[in-house]
Amino acid sequence: MTYLAKSPWIIHYDASSCNGCDIEVLACLTPMYDVERFGIINTGNPKHADIFVVTGSINEKNREVVRNIYDQMPRPNVVVAVGICACSGGVFRECYNVAGGIDKVIPVDVYVPGCAARPESIIDGIVTALGVLEEKRTKMVLDEEKKEHHRHAGMHPEHISQTGDAP
Amino acid sequence: MINIVWAIVFVLVAPLIGGLIAGIDRKITAHMQGRVGPSILQPFWDVGKLFEKENAVVNETQHFYAVCYVVFMAFTGALFFAGGNILLVIFALTLAAIFLVLGAYAANSPYSYVGAERELLQIMAYEPMVILAAVGLYVATGSFNVSDIAATTEPVILLIPGIFLGLLYILTIKLRKSPFDISTSHHAHQEIVKGVTTEFSGPSLGWIEITHWYETVFLLGFVYLFFAFNPLLGIAAVIVVYLLEIFIDNTNARVKWQLALKSSWLIAAVAGVVNLAALYLFYGGAA
Repeated sequence: MTYLAKSPWIIHYDASSCNGCDIEVLACLTPMYDVERFGIINTGNPKHADIFVVTGSINEKNREVVRNIYDQMPRPNVVVAVGICACSGGVFRECYNVAGGIDKVIPVDVYVPGCAARPESIIDGIVTALGVLEEKRTKMVLDEEKKEHHRHAGMHPEHISQTGDAP
Repeated sequence: MINIVWAIVFVLVAPLIGGLIAGIDRKITAHMQGRVGPSILQPFWDVGKLFEKENAVVNETQHFYAVCYVVFMAFTGALFFAGGNILLVIFALTLAAIFLVLGAYAANSPYSYVGAERELLQIMAYEPMVILAAVGLYVATGSFNVSDIAATTEPVILLIPGIFLGLLYILTIKLRKSPFDISTSHHAHQEIVKGVTTEFSGPSLGWIEITHWYETVFLLGFVYLFFAFNPLLGIAAVIVVYLLEIFIDNTNARVKWQLALKSSWLIAAVAGVVNLAALYLFYGGAA
């Protein structure tokens, strides 16, 4: 297990819809549920965060905002869509200004359904996200090694031709 | 006079002690708020995590300043624990703090700028009292060298209690505790984004956390100097002072920078200067 899974810092963004899930996310931080005992901190800064928790659906106004927050997060990172609106648009999906769930704009790793999502299921969703985070970290390290390997392999023929020319 | 062994011990061991203090701090804070709280090893996991992340810097100088911050803070503490000149220690401390401000200014971000300006105001607020503390220790013990001050048999705390009170006041600023956690805060959502650390992420932020551990150990060492005539009393005082800081942190809302600046200068001018004047008049300086 890496340190990533022991210290997930989240950034929470409340997109459109009724704000019910937003309040449930905040309930997770209260002494009743106390997510900090798992090392989870609500940072409020995308550059410090590992998990992007979004509640509510994508509309034409927040499309750019969600994209921007996601782009500012250092990799590896995961996205958790909390509540049915974030998953699919929910009851608002037919509205003229609603594009649908969060996955219309950014890749979503964990879907937490519910209206509103219960704090228990939100915590469960974040714990599931930790597994995905770990996977992404492993993949990132492997990609890095592969890139390094290719770089060395690329240099190899040059090296041979140089030594071949010498005598 | 300068003991290189202590300097090396500080550089190697201080992050471990500082991280553990931060973990205990979070646990006690959680209990004060009626929560269970994270493991006391949580700060180490946090920093380990930060070093596993991508180093997404805004520009190269930003990372350079973050590294300078940790290097000069480690130098400050190493010089202090090696028994060096306390004035030089204080100058190195200021230099380290300035590197953090420069790092925040290096990113073209309004949140980072606001944090950097607030950090500068905090430096203005605590600096006079830090200098007065050095002068007070000199008048009480007759030396600017930490090695001599630590070896004194004078009951320093009884000679300069006013200066000690002033130092306690600015310690809240230096440890980034409420009500003076103006430029950045350990508590979530108390900040315009994240103040001075807004634009730091991944390993750079990890270095800043480690710097804070160094700083905590150094500052508690400074507190110890006032009780150095009795080591057991000194260690007890350090523990009591840190518990007091945690208590203050959890019972106070953040104040505006105007109040932080004015009150710390007022405390320095009244408690610090009056104490120093009285020491000269009635005691004529020790040693």
